[in-house]
Amino acid sequence: MPDATQVMFFLSAALILVSAVLVVTVRNLIHAALWLIATLFGVAMLYVLLEAGFLAVVQVVVYIGAIAIMFIFAVMLTRRDLLSQSPQTNANWPVALGVSALALVGIAYIVRGFVFSLERTPAPLTGDTLQMLGEALTSPSLFVLPFEVASVLLLAALIGSVYLAWNKK
Amino acid sequence: MSFWNFWTDPIGVADAWLRGLFAGWGMPEFWVSLLVSLIGIVVLVVFALVLDIMLVWVERKVVARFQGRLGPNRVGPFGLFQPFPDIVKLIIKEDITPAGADKVVFNMAPVISAMSVIILWAIFPLAARVYGTDLNVGVLYLIAAGAFGTLSVIMAGWSSNNKYALLGAFRSVATMISFEIPLVVTLLIPVVITGSMSLKAISEAQINSVPFFLVAPLAFLIFLISAIAELGRSPFDLNEGESEIVSGFHIEYSGMKFGWFYAGELLHSYTVGGLMGILFFGGWGWFGLEKVLPWLDTPFFGAISVLGKALIGYWIIMWIKYTVPRIRIDHMLAFNWKFLTPLSFALLMVMAVVHSLLKEQALWIYVPAMFLSNILVGWVTLEILRNNARQQRDAVKTPEPVAQH
Repeated sequence: MPDATQVMFFLSAALILVSAVLVVTVRNLIHAALWLIATLFGVAMLYVLLEAGFLAVVQVVVYIGAIAIMFIFAVMLTRRDLLSQSPQTNANWPVALGVSALALVGIAYIVRGFVFSLERTPAPLTGDTLQMLGEALTSPSLFVLPFEVASVLLLAALIGSVYLAWNKK
Repeated sequence: MSFWNFWTDPIGVADAWLRGLFAGWGMPEFWVSLLVSLIGIVVLVVFALVLDIMLVWVERKVVARFQGRLGPNRVGPFGLFQPFPDIVKLIIKEDITPAGADKVVFNMAPVISAMSVIILWAIFPLAARVYGTDLNVGVLYLIAAGAFGTLSVIMAGWSSNNKYALLGAFRSVATMISFEIPLVVTLLIPVVITGSMSLKAISEAQINSVPFFLVAPLAFLIFLISAIAELGRSPFDLNEGESEIVSGFHIEYSGMKFGWFYAGELLHSYTVGGLMGILFFGGWGWFGLEKVLPWLDTPFFGAISVLGKALIGYWIIMWIKYTVPRIRIDHMLAFNWKFLTPLSFALLMVMAVVHSLLKEQALWIYVPAMFLSNILVGWVTLEILRNNARQQRDAVKTPEPVAQH
Protein backbone atom coordinates (compact mmCIF):
# COMPACT_ATOMS: atom_id res chain seq x y z
CA MET A 1 0.00 0.00 0.00
CA PRO A 2 1.75 3.20 -1.15
CA ASP A 3 1.53 6.17 1.17
CA ALA A 4 0.23 9.61 0.15
CA THR A 5 3.65 10.93 -0.89
CA GLN A 6 4.21 8.00 -3.19
CA VAL A 7 0.76 8.40 -4.76
CA MET A 8 1.52 12.07 -5.42
CA PHE A 9 4.94 11.15 -6.80
CA PHE A 10 3.50 8.65 -9.27
CA LEU A 11 0.79 11.09 -10.33
CA SER A 12 3.26 13.90 -10.99
CA ALA A 13 5.74 11.55 -12.68
CA ALA A 14 2.97 10.29 -14.97
CA LEU A 15 1.97 13.89 -15.73
CA ILE A 16 5.56 14.81 -16.56
CA LEU A 17 6.19 11.80 -18.80
CA VAL A 18 2.88 11.85 -20.68
CA SER A 19 2.93 15.58 -21.31
CA ALA A 20 6.63 15.53 -22.25
CA VAL A 21 5.91 12.89 -24.90
CA LEU A 22 2.96 14.95 -26.14
CA VAL A 23 5.14 18.09 -26.40
CA VAL A 24 7.18 16.47 -29.15
CA THR A 25 4.41 14.48 -30.83
CA VAL A 26 1.42 16.83 -31.16
CA ARG A 27 1.13 18.60 -34.50
CA ASN A 28 -0.13 21.93 -33.26
CA LEU A 29 2.62 24.21 -31.97
CA ILE A 30 0.40 25.97 -29.44
CA HIS A 31 -0.76 22.64 -28.08
CA ALA A 32 2.87 21.59 -27.79
CA ALA A 33 3.58 24.73 -25.77
CA LEU A 34 0.57 24.04 -23.52
CA TRP A 35 1.75 20.47 -22.93
CA LEU A 36 5.17 21.90 -22.12
CA ILE A 37 3.47 23.99 -19.44
CA ALA A 38 1.90 20.79 -18.06
CA THR A 39 5.37 19.19 -17.97
CA LEU A 40 6.88 22.16 -16.16
CA PHE A 41 3.99 22.15 -13.70
CA GLY A 42 4.62 18.47 -13.00
CA VAL A 43 8.25 19.30 -12.23
CA ALA A 44 7.04 22.00 -9.83
CA MET A 45 4.89 19.33 -8.14
CA LEU A 46 8.00 17.18 -7.72
CA TYR A 47 9.77 20.08 -6.03
CA VAL A 48 6.84 20.45 -3.64
CA LEU A 49 7.11 16.74 -2.79
CA LEU A 50 10.81 17.28 -2.08
CA GLU A 51 9.84 20.11 0.33
CA ALA A 52 11.62 22.62 -1.90
CA GLY A 53 8.78 25.17 -1.88
CA PHE A 54 10.95 28.01 -3.11
CA LEU A 55 12.15 26.05 -6.16
CA ALA A 56 8.57 24.97 -6.90
CA VAL A 57 7.23 28.51 -6.91
CA VAL A 58 10.21 29.85 -8.86
CA GLN A 59 9.69 27.03 -11.36
CA VAL A 60 6.14 28.26 -11.95
CA VAL A 61 7.08 31.95 -12.01
CA VAL A 62 10.06 31.61 -14.33
CA TYR A 63 9.20 28.68 -16.57
CA ILE A 64 5.41 28.99 -16.85
CA GLY A 65 5.04 32.71 -16.17
CA ALA A 66 7.87 33.91 -18.36
CA ILE A 67 9.45 31.34 -20.66
CA ALA A 68 6.40 29.30 -21.71
CA ILE A 69 4.32 32.43 -22.18
CA MET A 70 7.10 33.90 -24.33
CA PHE A 71 7.05 30.68 -26.38
CA ILE A 72 3.32 30.98 -26.95
CA PHE A 73 3.66 34.65 -27.73
CA ALA A 74 6.33 33.97 -30.34
CA VAL A 75 4.29 31.14 -31.87
CA MET A 76 1.17 33.30 -32.03
CA LEU A 77 3.09 36.00 -33.86
CA THR A 78 3.97 33.51 -36.58
CA ARG A 79 1.46 32.05 -38.99
CA ARG A 80 -1.32 30.08 -37.37
CA ASP A 81 -0.94 26.78 -39.19
CA LEU A 82 2.83 26.97 -39.31
CA LEU A 83 4.50 23.56 -39.33
CA SER A 84 1.28 21.69 -38.67
CA GLN A 85 1.48 20.03 -42.11
CA SER A 86 5.22 19.57 -42.49
CA PRO A 87 6.99 16.36 -41.39
CA GLN A 88 8.03 16.30 -37.75
CA THR A 89 11.53 14.96 -38.36
CA ASN A 90 14.30 16.06 -40.68
CA ALA A 91 17.29 14.29 -42.23
CA ASN A 92 19.26 14.39 -38.99
CA TRP A 93 17.02 12.03 -37.04
CA PRO A 94 19.50 9.10 -37.01
CA VAL A 95 22.14 11.38 -35.46
CA ALA A 96 19.66 12.61 -32.85
CA LEU A 97 18.70 9.02 -32.10
CA GLY A 98 22.37 8.12 -31.63
CA VAL A 99 23.00 11.05 -29.30
CA SER A 100 19.89 10.25 -27.25
CA ALA A 101 20.91 6.59 -27.01
CA LEU A 102 24.36 7.67 -25.82
CA ALA A 103 22.80 9.95 -23.22
CA LEU A 104 20.54 7.11 -22.05
CA VAL A 105 23.55 4.79 -21.70
CA GLY A 106 25.43 7.49 -19.82
CA ILE A 107 22.57 8.10 -17.39
CA ALA A 108 22.14 4.35 -16.89
CA TYR A 109 25.87 4.06 -16.19
CA ILE A 110 25.70 6.78 -13.55
CA VAL A 111 22.51 5.50 -11.97
CA ARG A 112 23.44 1.79 -11.85
CA GLY A 113 25.16 2.07 -8.47
CA PHE A 114 22.30 3.91 -6.75
CA VAL A 115 20.30 2.22 -4.05
CA PHE A 116 16.68 3.31 -4.34
CA SER A 117 15.41 2.98 -0.85
CA LEU A 118 13.35 5.18 1.42
CA GLU A 119 15.75 4.48 4.28
CA ARG A 120 18.39 6.50 2.46
CA THR A 121 16.27 9.64 2.35
CA PRO A 122 18.23 12.43 4.06
CA ALA A 123 16.65 13.88 7.16
CA PRO A 124 14.48 16.91 6.30
CA LEU A 125 16.16 20.27 6.88
CA THR A 126 15.20 21.99 10.07
CA GLY A 127 14.63 25.72 10.20
CA ASP A 128 13.66 28.16 7.49
CA THR A 129 15.06 26.65 4.27
CA LEU A 130 14.38 29.88 2.41
CA GLN A 131 16.52 31.86 4.83
CA MET A 132 19.26 29.23 4.58
CA LEU A 133 19.16 29.48 0.80
CA GLY A 134 19.39 33.27 0.93
CA GLU A 135 22.29 33.20 3.35
CA ALA A 136 24.09 30.58 1.24
CA LEU A 137 23.74 32.73 -1.86
CA THR A 138 25.14 35.85 -0.19
CA SER A 139 27.74 34.40 2.14
CA PRO A 140 31.35 34.91 0.92
CA SER A 141 32.38 31.47 2.13
CA LEU A 142 29.63 29.79 0.11
CA PHE A 143 28.10 30.77 -3.22
CA VAL A 144 28.41 34.55 -3.50
CA LEU A 145 30.91 34.33 -6.37
CA PRO A 146 28.85 32.03 -8.63
CA PHE A 147 25.80 34.12 -7.78
CA GLU A 148 27.51 37.34 -8.83
CA VAL A 149 28.96 35.72 -11.96
CA ALA A 150 25.46 34.61 -12.95
CA SER A 151 24.13 38.12 -12.42
CA VAL A 152 26.94 39.60 -14.54
CA LEU A 153 26.10 37.09 -17.25
CA LEU A 154 22.44 38.11 -17.15
CA LEU A 155 23.41 41.78 -17.21
CA ALA A 156 25.56 41.14 -20.28
CA ALA A 157 22.62 39.40 -21.97
CA LEU A 158 20.39 42.34 -21.06
CA ILE A 159 22.82 44.91 -22.47
CA GLY A 160 23.35 42.77 -25.55
CA SER A 161 19.63 42.58 -26.29
CA VAL A 162 19.22 46.32 -25.76
CA TYR A 163 22.14 46.93 -28.14
CA LEU A 164 20.64 44.64 -30.80
CA ALA A 165 17.24 46.28 -30.56
CA TRP A 166 18.65 49.82 -30.39
CA ASN A 167 17.38 52.02 -33.15
CA LYS A 168 20.54 53.60 -34.54
CA LYS A 169 19.63 56.84 -36.23
CA MET B 1 -18.79 31.05 27.44
CA SER B 2 -18.80 28.49 24.60
CA PHE B 3 -21.27 30.70 22.74
CA TRP B 4 -18.84 33.61 23.00
CA ASN B 5 -16.02 31.24 21.91
CA PHE B 6 -18.00 30.30 18.83
CA TRP B 7 -18.59 33.89 17.81
CA THR B 8 -15.02 35.01 18.37
CA ASP B 9 -13.41 31.98 16.76
CA PRO B 10 -16.02 30.15 14.63
CA ILE B 11 -13.45 28.35 12.45
CA GLY B 12 -11.44 27.12 15.43
CA VAL B 13 -14.55 25.82 17.23
CA ALA B 14 -15.89 24.13 14.07
CA ASP B 15 -12.47 22.60 13.39
CA ALA B 16 -12.17 21.18 16.92
CA TRP B 17 -15.76 19.89 16.81
CA LEU B 18 -15.27 18.18 13.41
CA ARG B 19 -12.00 16.57 14.49
CA GLY B 20 -13.64 15.27 17.67
CA LEU B 21 -16.63 13.98 15.68
CA PHE B 22 -14.56 12.09 13.09
CA ALA B 23 -12.20 10.72 15.70
CA GLY B 24 -15.27 9.58 17.65
CA TRP B 25 -16.35 7.55 14.60
CA GLY B 26 -13.08 5.63 14.91
CA MET B 27 -11.34 7.19 11.92
CA PRO B 28 -7.53 7.02 11.77
CA GLU B 29 -5.68 10.29 12.44
CA PHE B 30 -4.51 10.65 8.80
CA TRP B 31 -8.03 10.43 7.34
CA VAL B 32 -9.42 12.82 9.95
CA SER B 33 -6.94 15.54 9.06
CA LEU B 34 -7.36 14.86 5.33
CA LEU B 35 -11.15 15.09 5.58
CA VAL B 36 -11.05 18.22 7.75
CA SER B 37 -8.61 19.85 5.30
CA LEU B 38 -10.86 18.97 2.36
CA ILE B 39 -13.89 20.43 4.13
CA GLY B 40 -11.81 23.53 4.91
CA ILE B 41 -10.87 23.92 1.24
CA VAL B 42 -14.48 23.56 0.09
CA VAL B 43 -15.68 26.06 2.71
CA LEU B 44 -12.98 28.57 1.73
CA VAL B 45 -13.72 28.31 -2.01
CA VAL B 46 -17.47 28.49 -1.48
CA PHE B 47 -16.99 31.51 0.76
CA ALA B 48 -14.87 33.24 -1.92
CA LEU B 49 -17.43 32.48 -4.61
CA VAL B 50 -20.45 33.56 -2.55
CA LEU B 51 -18.57 36.77 -1.84
CA ASP B 52 -18.04 37.01 -5.59
CA ILE B 53 -21.81 36.90 -6.19
CA MET B 54 -22.25 39.89 -3.90
CA LEU B 55 -19.33 41.67 -5.60
CA VAL B 56 -21.38 41.70 -8.81
CA TRP B 57 -23.96 43.79 -6.98
CA VAL B 58 -21.27 46.02 -5.40
CA GLU B 59 -19.60 46.62 -8.75
CA ARG B 60 -22.84 47.45 -10.57
CA LYS B 61 -24.12 49.68 -7.79
CA VAL B 62 -20.84 51.58 -7.43
CA VAL B 63 -20.32 52.10 -11.15
CA ALA B 64 -23.87 53.41 -11.36
CA ARG B 65 -23.17 55.92 -8.59
CA PHE B 66 -19.95 57.06 -10.28
CA GLN B 67 -21.87 57.61 -13.50
CA GLY B 68 -24.81 59.37 -11.86
CA ARG B 69 -27.23 56.45 -12.25
CA LEU B 70 -29.15 54.40 -9.70
CA GLY B 71 -27.92 50.94 -10.62
CA PRO B 72 -29.85 47.75 -9.87
CA ASN B 73 -32.82 48.67 -7.66
CA ARG B 74 -35.72 46.35 -8.60
CA VAL B 75 -34.90 42.88 -7.23
CA GLY B 76 -34.85 42.89 -3.45
CA PRO B 77 -33.93 45.80 -1.15
CA PHE B 78 -31.47 48.14 -2.92
CA GLY B 79 -31.39 45.60 -5.76
CA LEU B 80 -29.45 43.31 -3.46
CA PHE B 81 -30.76 40.13 -5.11
CA GLN B 82 -29.97 41.32 -8.66
CA PRO B 83 -26.95 38.95 -9.00
CA PHE B 84 -29.21 35.88 -8.69
CA PRO B 85 -31.31 36.62 -11.80
CA ASP B 86 -28.00 37.49 -13.50
CA ILE B 87 -26.63 34.05 -12.66
CA VAL B 88 -29.80 32.28 -13.76
CA LYS B 89 -29.62 34.17 -17.04
CA LEU B 90 -25.94 33.28 -17.53
CA ILE B 91 -26.59 29.61 -16.79
CA ILE B 92 -29.59 29.14 -19.07
CA LYS B 93 -28.01 31.10 -21.92
CA GLU B 94 -26.86 29.04 -24.89
CA ASP B 95 -23.19 28.17 -24.62
CA ILE B 96 -21.74 28.87 -28.04
CA THR B 97 -18.39 27.45 -29.11
CA PRO B 98 -17.32 29.05 -32.40
CA ALA B 99 -16.93 26.62 -35.30
CA GLY B 100 -13.26 27.47 -35.84
CA ALA B 101 -12.34 27.41 -32.16
CA ASP B 102 -9.88 25.05 -30.59
CA LYS B 103 -12.52 23.40 -28.41
CA VAL B 104 -10.49 21.95 -25.53
CA VAL B 105 -8.33 25.05 -25.06
CA PHE B 106 -11.37 27.29 -25.51
CA ASN B 107 -13.25 25.53 -22.71
CA MET B 108 -10.24 25.28 -20.41
CA ALA B 109 -9.43 29.01 -20.50
CA PRO B 110 -12.31 30.24 -18.24
CA VAL B 111 -11.58 27.47 -15.74
CA ILE B 112 -7.91 28.42 -15.50
CA SER B 113 -8.87 32.08 -15.28
CA ALA B 114 -11.13 31.47 -12.27
CA MET B 115 -8.60 29.05 -10.77
CA SER B 116 -5.79 31.60 -10.92
CA VAL B 117 -7.87 33.86 -8.66
CA ILE B 118 -9.26 31.24 -6.27
CA ILE B 119 -5.83 29.75 -5.52
CA LEU B 120 -4.81 33.16 -4.15
CA TRP B 121 -7.23 32.53 -1.26
CA ALA B 122 -5.13 29.56 -0.16
CA ILE B 123 -2.56 31.87 1.41
CA PHE B 124 -4.91 34.71 2.32
CA PRO B 125 -4.50 35.16 6.12
CA LEU B 126 -7.92 36.15 7.50
CA ALA B 127 -6.77 36.15 11.11
CA ALA B 128 -3.89 34.97 13.26
CA ARG B 129 -5.15 31.38 13.13
CA VAL B 130 -7.51 31.44 10.13
CA TYR B 131 -5.70 30.85 6.85
CA GLY B 132 -5.47 28.11 4.25
CA THR B 133 -1.75 27.62 4.51
CA ASP B 134 1.19 29.71 5.64
CA LEU B 135 3.71 29.44 2.81
CA ASN B 136 7.18 30.74 3.51
CA VAL B 137 7.26 31.81 -0.16
CA GLY B 138 3.81 33.45 -0.05
CA VAL B 139 4.75 36.59 -1.94
CA LEU B 140 6.27 34.60 -4.82
CA TYR B 141 3.19 32.37 -4.82
CA LEU B 142 1.07 35.44 -5.63
CA ILE B 143 3.22 36.08 -8.71
CA ALA B 144 3.05 32.40 -9.69
CA ALA B 145 -0.75 32.50 -9.48
CA GLY B 146 -0.70 35.57 -11.72
CA ALA B 147 1.20 33.54 -14.32
CA PHE B 148 -1.86 31.30 -14.68
CA GLY B 149 -4.03 34.37 -15.19
CA THR B 150 -1.82 35.45 -18.09
CA LEU B 151 -1.91 31.92 -19.44
CA SER B 152 -5.71 31.80 -19.39
CA VAL B 153 -5.92 35.08 -21.30
CA ILE B 154 -3.55 33.79 -23.98
CA MET B 155 -5.45 30.51 -24.23
CA ALA B 156 -8.79 32.31 -24.57
CA GLY B 157 -7.46 34.79 -27.12
CA TRP B 158 -5.78 32.21 -29.29
CA SER B 159 -8.38 29.45 -29.19
CA SER B 160 -11.31 31.73 -30.06
CA ASN B 161 -10.06 31.99 -33.66
CA ASN B 162 -10.97 35.65 -33.72
CA LYS B 163 -8.71 38.54 -34.70
CA TYR B 164 -10.01 40.84 -31.98
CA ALA B 165 -9.61 38.17 -29.35
CA LEU B 166 -6.02 37.59 -30.41
CA LEU B 167 -5.28 41.32 -30.40
CA GLY B 168 -6.74 41.56 -26.92
CA ALA B 169 -4.60 38.66 -25.76
CA PHE B 170 -1.46 40.28 -27.22
CA ARG B 171 -2.16 43.53 -25.44
CA SER B 172 -2.98 41.72 -22.26
CA VAL B 173 0.25 39.74 -22.26
CA ALA B 174 2.27 42.86 -23.02
CA THR B 175 0.65 44.61 -20.05
CA MET B 176 0.93 41.71 -17.65
CA ILE B 177 4.54 40.86 -18.44
CA SER B 178 5.74 44.44 -18.18
CA PHE B 179 3.80 45.49 -15.07
CA GLU B 180 4.82 42.30 -13.30
CA ILE B 181 8.28 43.83 -12.79
CA PRO B 182 7.34 46.88 -10.67
CA LEU B 183 4.77 44.68 -8.92
CA VAL B 184 7.40 42.13 -7.89
CA VAL B 185 9.88 44.82 -6.87
CA THR B 186 7.36 46.62 -4.67
CA LEU B 187 6.26 43.30 -3.18
CA LEU B 188 9.90 42.85 -2.20
CA ILE B 189 9.81 45.98 -0.03
CA PRO B 190 7.55 44.52 2.72
CA VAL B 191 9.67 41.37 2.38
CA VAL B 192 12.86 43.36 2.99
CA ILE B 193 11.32 45.13 5.98
CA THR B 194 9.90 41.94 7.51
CA GLY B 195 12.60 39.51 6.53
CA SER B 196 9.98 36.97 5.48
CA MET B 197 7.92 36.18 2.39
CA SER B 198 5.02 34.73 4.35
CA LEU B 199 1.90 36.90 4.27
CA LYS B 200 1.15 35.90 7.84
CA ALA B 201 4.59 37.02 9.05
CA ILE B 202 4.21 40.30 7.13
CA SER B 203 0.83 40.94 8.82
CA GLU B 204 2.22 40.08 12.24
CA ALA B 205 5.20 42.38 11.74
CA GLN B 206 2.81 45.24 11.01
CA ILE B 207 0.60 44.47 14.00
CA ASN B 208 3.68 44.48 16.24
CA SER B 209 5.04 47.76 14.83
CA VAL B 210 3.15 50.02 12.39
CA PRO B 211 1.29 49.37 9.11
CA PHE B 212 3.69 49.47 6.20
CA PHE B 213 1.90 52.25 4.33
CA LEU B 214 3.51 54.57 6.89
CA VAL B 215 6.90 53.00 6.25
CA ALA B 216 6.66 52.67 2.48
CA PRO B 217 3.93 54.94 1.06
CA LEU B 218 5.55 55.16 -2.37
CA ALA B 219 5.86 51.38 -2.57
CA PHE B 220 2.14 51.16 -1.82
CA LEU B 221 1.34 53.60 -4.64
CA ILE B 222 3.49 51.70 -7.15
CA PHE B 223 1.92 48.45 -5.97
CA LEU B 224 -1.56 49.88 -6.49
CA ILE B 225 -0.77 51.10 -10.03
CA SER B 226 0.92 47.93 -11.20
CA ALA B 227 -1.73 45.74 -9.55
CA ILE B 228 -4.44 47.61 -11.46
CA ALA B 229 -2.45 47.01 -14.65
CA GLU B 230 -2.13 43.31 -13.80
CA LEU B 231 -5.88 43.17 -13.29
CA GLY B 232 -6.40 44.72 -16.71
CA ARG B 233 -8.73 47.33 -15.29
CA SER B 234 -9.08 50.89 -16.52
CA PRO B 235 -6.92 52.94 -17.18
CA PHE B 236 -5.00 49.84 -18.30
CA ASP B 237 -7.94 47.92 -19.81
CA LEU B 238 -6.49 47.87 -23.32
CA ASN B 239 -6.94 44.11 -23.38
CA GLU B 240 -10.69 44.69 -23.32
CA GLY B 241 -10.95 48.00 -25.12
CA GLU B 242 -14.70 47.84 -25.85
CA SER B 243 -14.52 50.69 -28.34
CA GLU B 244 -11.71 49.23 -30.48
CA ILE B 245 -11.49 45.48 -30.07
CA VAL B 246 -14.96 44.82 -28.62
CA SER B 247 -13.93 43.37 -25.24
CA GLY B 248 -10.87 41.56 -26.48
CA PHE B 249 -9.96 38.07 -25.41
CA HIS B 250 -13.41 37.01 -24.17
CA ILE B 251 -15.33 38.28 -27.21
CA GLU B 252 -16.40 34.76 -28.30
CA TYR B 253 -17.47 33.59 -24.85
CA SER B 254 -21.12 33.50 -23.85
CA GLY B 255 -23.17 32.22 -20.95
CA MET B 256 -21.42 30.90 -17.89
CA LYS B 257 -18.04 30.69 -19.64
CA PHE B 258 -18.11 34.46 -19.95
CA GLY B 259 -19.46 34.48 -16.42
CA TRP B 260 -16.30 32.81 -15.14
CA PHE B 261 -14.11 35.49 -16.72
CA TYR B 262 -16.32 38.22 -15.28
CA ALA B 263 -16.54 36.64 -11.84
CA GLY B 264 -12.81 35.98 -11.90
CA GLU B 265 -12.08 39.61 -12.68
CA LEU B 266 -14.30 40.89 -9.86
CA LEU B 267 -12.92 38.43 -7.32
CA HIS B 268 -9.38 39.22 -8.48
CA SER B 269 -9.95 42.94 -7.88
CA TYR B 270 -11.35 42.23 -4.43
CA THR B 271 -8.46 39.87 -3.65
CA VAL B 272 -5.89 42.45 -4.75
CA GLY B 273 -7.68 44.94 -2.48
CA GLY B 274 -7.24 42.44 0.32
CA LEU B 275 -3.57 41.98 -0.52
CA MET B 276 -3.10 45.73 -0.23
CA GLY B 277 -4.68 45.47 3.22
CA ILE B 278 -2.46 42.55 4.20
CA LEU B 279 0.80 43.92 2.80
CA PHE B 280 0.47 47.60 3.65
CA PHE B 281 -2.43 48.17 6.08
CA GLY B 282 -1.72 45.73 8.85
CA GLY B 283 -3.59 42.55 7.86
CA TRP B 284 -6.06 41.50 10.54
CA GLY B 285 -4.99 44.25 12.96
CA TRP B 286 -7.14 47.24 13.80
CA PHE B 287 -4.31 49.84 13.66
CA GLY B 288 -3.42 49.38 17.31
CA LEU B 289 -7.04 49.57 18.46
CA GLU B 290 -6.97 45.86 19.32
CA LYS B 291 -4.48 46.60 22.12
CA VAL B 292 -7.08 48.84 23.80
CA LEU B 293 -10.10 46.66 23.03
CA PRO B 294 -8.93 43.05 23.41
CA TRP B 295 -12.16 41.63 21.94
CA LEU B 296 -11.05 43.03 18.55
CA ASP B 297 -8.05 40.71 18.71
CA THR B 298 -10.16 37.60 18.01
CA PRO B 299 -10.31 35.59 14.76
CA PHE B 300 -13.84 36.80 13.99
CA PHE B 301 -13.01 40.50 14.17
CA GLY B 302 -9.64 39.87 12.52
CA ALA B 303 -11.44 38.42 9.52
CA ILE B 304 -13.82 41.39 9.50
CA SER B 305 -10.81 43.71 9.46
CA VAL B 306 -9.18 41.90 6.52
CA LEU B 307 -12.41 41.67 4.52
CA GLY B 308 -13.24 45.30 5.27
CA LYS B 309 -9.80 46.46 4.14
CA ALA B 310 -10.25 44.33 1.02
CA LEU B 311 -13.56 46.05 0.34
CA ILE B 312 -11.96 49.48 0.73
CA GLY B 313 -9.11 48.47 -1.58
CA TYR B 314 -11.64 47.15 -4.08
CA TRP B 315 -13.54 50.41 -3.84
CA ILE B 316 -10.34 52.36 -4.60
CA ILE B 317 -9.70 50.17 -7.64
CA MET B 318 -13.27 50.78 -8.84
CA TRP B 319 -12.95 54.49 -8.12
CA ILE B 320 -9.89 54.65 -10.40
CA LYS B 321 -11.47 52.39 -13.00
CA TYR B 322 -14.60 54.48 -13.46
CA THR B 323 -12.85 57.86 -13.24
CA VAL B 324 -9.72 57.60 -15.38
CA PRO B 325 -9.99 57.10 -19.15
CA ARG B 326 -8.08 54.36 -20.95
CA ILE B 327 -4.50 55.25 -21.96
CA ARG B 328 -2.79 54.43 -25.23
CA ILE B 329 -0.66 51.29 -25.44
CA ASP B 330 2.65 53.04 -26.18
CA HIS B 331 2.02 55.47 -23.31
CA MET B 332 1.26 52.55 -21.06
CA LEU B 333 4.45 50.66 -21.95
CA ALA B 334 6.58 53.81 -21.74
CA PHE B 335 4.99 54.61 -18.37
CA ASN B 336 5.98 51.20 -17.11
CA TRP B 337 9.45 50.78 -18.57
CA LYS B 338 10.70 54.35 -18.35
CA PHE B 339 9.01 55.42 -15.13
CA LEU B 340 7.62 52.74 -12.82
CA THR B 341 10.34 50.12 -13.27
CA PRO B 342 13.36 52.41 -12.65
CA LEU B 343 11.48 54.14 -9.83
CA SER B 344 10.63 50.86 -8.10
CA PHE B 345 14.22 49.63 -8.37
CA ALA B 346 15.60 52.90 -6.99
CA LEU B 347 13.05 52.78 -4.18
CA LEU B 348 13.93 49.19 -3.33
CA MET B 349 17.64 50.04 -3.13
CA VAL B 350 17.11 53.18 -1.05
CA MET B 351 14.74 51.43 1.33
CA ALA B 352 17.01 48.40 1.73
CA VAL B 353 19.93 50.68 2.65
CA VAL B 354 17.89 52.84 5.05
CA HIS B 355 16.35 49.73 6.59
CA SER B 356 19.68 48.03 7.21
CA LEU B 357 21.12 51.23 8.71
CA LEU B 358 18.21 51.96 11.03
CA LYS B 359 16.57 48.63 11.86
CA GLU B 360 18.17 48.59 15.32
CA GLN B 361 16.82 52.06 16.14
CA ALA B 362 13.64 52.87 18.02
CA LEU B 363 10.37 52.91 16.11
CA TRP B 364 10.01 56.69 16.33
CA ILE B 365 13.33 57.14 14.45
CA TYR B 366 12.90 54.25 12.05
CA VAL B 367 9.39 54.99 10.76
CA PRO B 368 9.89 58.73 10.00
CA ALA B 369 13.26 57.98 8.37
CA MET B 370 11.73 55.33 6.11
CA PHE B 371 8.79 57.61 5.33
CA LEU B 372 11.10 60.52 4.48
CA SER B 373 13.29 58.32 2.29
CA ASN B 374 10.14 57.46 0.31
CA ILE B 375 9.20 61.11 0.00
CA LEU B 376 12.76 61.92 -1.06
CA VAL B 377 12.78 59.28 -3.80
CA GLY B 378 9.40 60.53 -5.02
CA TRP B 379 10.53 64.15 -4.97
CA VAL B 380 13.77 63.41 -6.88
CA THR B 381 11.76 61.49 -9.46
CA LEU B 382 9.36 64.38 -9.93
CA GLU B 383 12.29 66.83 -10.23
CA ILE B 384 13.88 64.66 -12.94
CA LEU B 385 10.57 64.47 -14.78
CA ARG B 386 10.05 68.22 -14.50
CA ASN B 387 13.54 68.95 -15.83
CA ASN B 388 13.00 66.52 -18.66
CA ALA B 389 9.70 68.14 -19.59
CA ARG B 390 11.26 71.61 -19.40
CA GLN B 391 14.04 70.59 -21.75
CA GLN B 392 11.53 69.19 -24.20
CA ARG B 393 9.45 72.37 -24.00
CA ASP B 394 12.54 74.55 -24.47
CA ALA B 395 13.59 72.55 -27.50
CA VAL B 396 10.23 73.24 -29.11
CA LYS B 397 10.05 76.84 -27.88
CA THR B 398 13.32 78.13 -29.41
CA PRO B 399 12.49 79.52 -32.84
CA GLU B 400 14.50 77.92 -35.59
CA PRO B 401 15.99 80.44 -38.03
CA VAL B 402 14.45 79.64 -41.38
CA ALA B 403 17.25 81.04 -43.50
CA GLN B 404 19.82 78.74 -42.00
CA HIS B 405 18.64 75.71 -43.93
